[in-house]
Amino acid sequence: MSTATSTGRARRYALRWLALGYLAVVLVGPLALVFWRTFENGVAPAWDALTTPETIHAFELTLLITAIAVPLNTVFGVVCALLIVRHRFRGKGLLNAFVDLPLALSPVVVGLSLFLLYGRQGWFGGWLEDHDVQVLFALPGMVLATVFVSLPFVCREVVPTLREIGEEQEQAARTLGANGLQTLRRITLPAIRWAVVYGVVLTAARCLGEYGAVAVVSGRVQGQTETATLRVEERYDSFDLQGAYAISLVLALLAVLVLVAMTLLEPKERAA
Amino acid sequence: MSIVIRKITKRFGDFVALDDVSLEVEGGSLTALLGPSGSGKSTLLRIIAGLEWPDQGEVELSGEDATALTPQKRNVGFVFQHYAAFKHMTVRDNIAFGLEVRKRPKEEIRERVDELLRLVQLEAFGGRYPAQLSGGQRQRMALARALAPEPQVLLLDEPFGALDARVRAELREWLRRLHEEVHVTTIFVTHDQAEAMDVASQIAVMNHARIEQVGTPTELYDEPATEFVMRFVGDASAFGDGWVRPHELDIVAEPDDGSVEALIERITTFGFDARIELQPAEGDPLTVQLTRDRLDLLELQQGQIVWVRAARERTFA
Repeated sequence: MSTATSTGRARRYALRWLALGYLAVVLVGPLALVFWRTFENGVAPAWDALTTPETIHAFELTLLITAIAVPLNTVFGVVCALLIVRHRFRGKGLLNAFVDLPLALSPVVVGLSLFLLYGRQGWFGGWLEDHDVQVLFALPGMVLATVFVSLPFVCREVVPTLREIGEEQEQAARTLGANGLQTLRRITLPAIRWAVVYGVVLTAARCLGEYGAVAVVSGRVQGQTETATLRVEERYDSFDLQGAYAISLVLALLAVLVLVAMTLLEPKERAA
Repeated sequence: MSIVIRKITKRFGDFVALDDVSLEVEGGSLTALLGPSGSGKSTLLRIIAGLEWPDQGEVELSGEDATALTPQKRNVGFVFQHYAAFKHMTVRDNIAFGLEVRKRPKEEIRERVDELLRLVQLEAFGGRYPAQLSGGQRQRMALARALAPEPQVLLLDEPFGALDARVRAELREWLRRLHEEVHVTTIFVTHDQAEAMDVASQIAVMNHARIEQVGTPTELYDEPATEFVMRFVGDASAFGDGWVRPHELDIVAEPDDGSVEALIERITTFGFDARIELQPAEGDPLTVQLTRDRLDLLELQQGQIVWVRAARERTFA
C-alpha cells in the first residue's frame, strides 16, 4: 500500500514538473530572453528605441484601433449573446456558429477577404473609390480587420453567464412594470457585468496583439499605417534588434497586465 | 380585481399544456391551483401574468380583456419558486424596484418600502443582499417586492416549494394572515394538497392539462367530481366497486351485509384519532380512520382479523 502511495506521489510530481517545464521552455524562456536582450546594453538604448516618432506613432495607432474595436465588439457581443440565449428565431444556429468563425479562421485569410471586398477590383471597391473613401491601407481597413478577429470574445464570455442566471429575474422585472430597456439596464447588464468585463479584457488583448489580418490590409507605411506588432517585424527586418526587442517587451508587458486583470476578475465572476 | 380565464389552450410543440381551460376567480379571494407536476398549473399562472401567451382563449382582469397585454401592463405581482431575487440589489432596492420603474417620488418610495419591510418582518434586513438571507427571508422579500406596486392580482408559483417543512408551514400561515390584511386577489400554484387545503378558500384541481373540479376544500373532500380528485385531494381507498375516505370506514367484529374481511397490519395513533392499515382478503390495502374512543372500545390489535364496513361509497363514471 505504501509503495502504491509513493508511486502515486511520484507520478503527481512528474506530471507537475512536466507541465511547469513545458511552460518554462515554451513561454517563460522566450519572454525572459526578450527582457534580457532589451536591457542588454542598459536602459538608455531601449528608451531611445521606444521614443522614435515612428515607434510612438505605432503604439498610438495600436491603442487607437483597440479603442475603436473594443467598444464595437462589446456592444455587438452583448447583443449577440442576448439574441442567442434569450430569443428564438430562424438562423440562430447559424449566428451561433458564425460568431466562432474568427477563432477558426487564420487572420491572414481575414485580411485577404477584406482585400477582395474593399480592393479596387472588389465588390465595394468601385463605389468607395467614386466616393473618395479609403478603406484599405488606412485606418478603416485596419479597424475592420481587428474587429473581425476580436469579435467572439465578449459574446463567448457572456453566453454562459446569461444561461446561468436564467430568465426569472428578467421576468420578475417585467411583472413589476419595467419595460425592455429598464430590464436590460437595471437587471440584465448588472448581472452579466463581470462576464462583459472579462470579455472586454480578452478582446483588448487580442486587438493589441493582432498581426496577420492587419499586416495584409495596412500596407505597412511607417509612421502612418504601422501598428506596434508590424513595427516589431519591420525593426527586426531592418536589423534593429534593440528596437524590435524593446517594442516586443512593451507588448509583452501589456499582455501581462491583461493577465493580471483577468486573474483579479475571475474569482469575482464566480462569486457573482 | 376578478380574474376570468376563457377556453385557454396552450401547446409546447406536441405537448398540450392546457386544453380548453376555463376558470373564474372572484376579486379578493385566495385560490389554489392544485395538481401533479406537468398538469399545466404553472403554465396557467404564467399565462395570467403574461409571461406565456395562450394559443387560444382569453384572459380577463377586472372585467377587461388582458390577453394581448405585456406583463408590464397587467399590474400583477408574481412570486417565483426560486425567488428570482435581484442579486445585485439590497433588500430595500429589490422591494423599491417596481416603484422606481414607475417613477414614483423618492419620499413615497421610502415610506412604502418601510411599510412593506414591516409587513414581511424584515425591518432589520433592508441593507442586506439576497445572498445574506435565508430561503424563507428571501421569499418574504420577493413577496414584499411583488406587493410594492399594489398589484390588482398576486400570483405565486410554488412559493414554498424550495423551503424546508418548518419554514413552509410558517410561511403558509403567514400568507393566509397577509391575505386577510391586504385582500389582494391571490392565486397560488402547489402540488401539495395539504398546503392547498390549509391556505386556500377555493381550489382548482388540475390534471392532464384540464381543470377537474373547482370548489372549497370541504366540497372537494366531501363531493369529489372525479376519481382523480377523490384520490388526489385527501386520502382515499378503493372499496368494493368504488372509493371511500378513511373516516367513512368503520371496523366491526362480526361480518354483516357489504362488509369485507381484512387483516390489521398496523395501528398508528396520532392526536385524537387513529389510523388502521388493513389488508383485505382480496384487493388493495385499506386505511381506516377511527377516534381513539372507538379504537379503545373495539380493542383492536395488530394481526387481528376484522370486518370493514363503508358508511358511504362513491363510484365515478
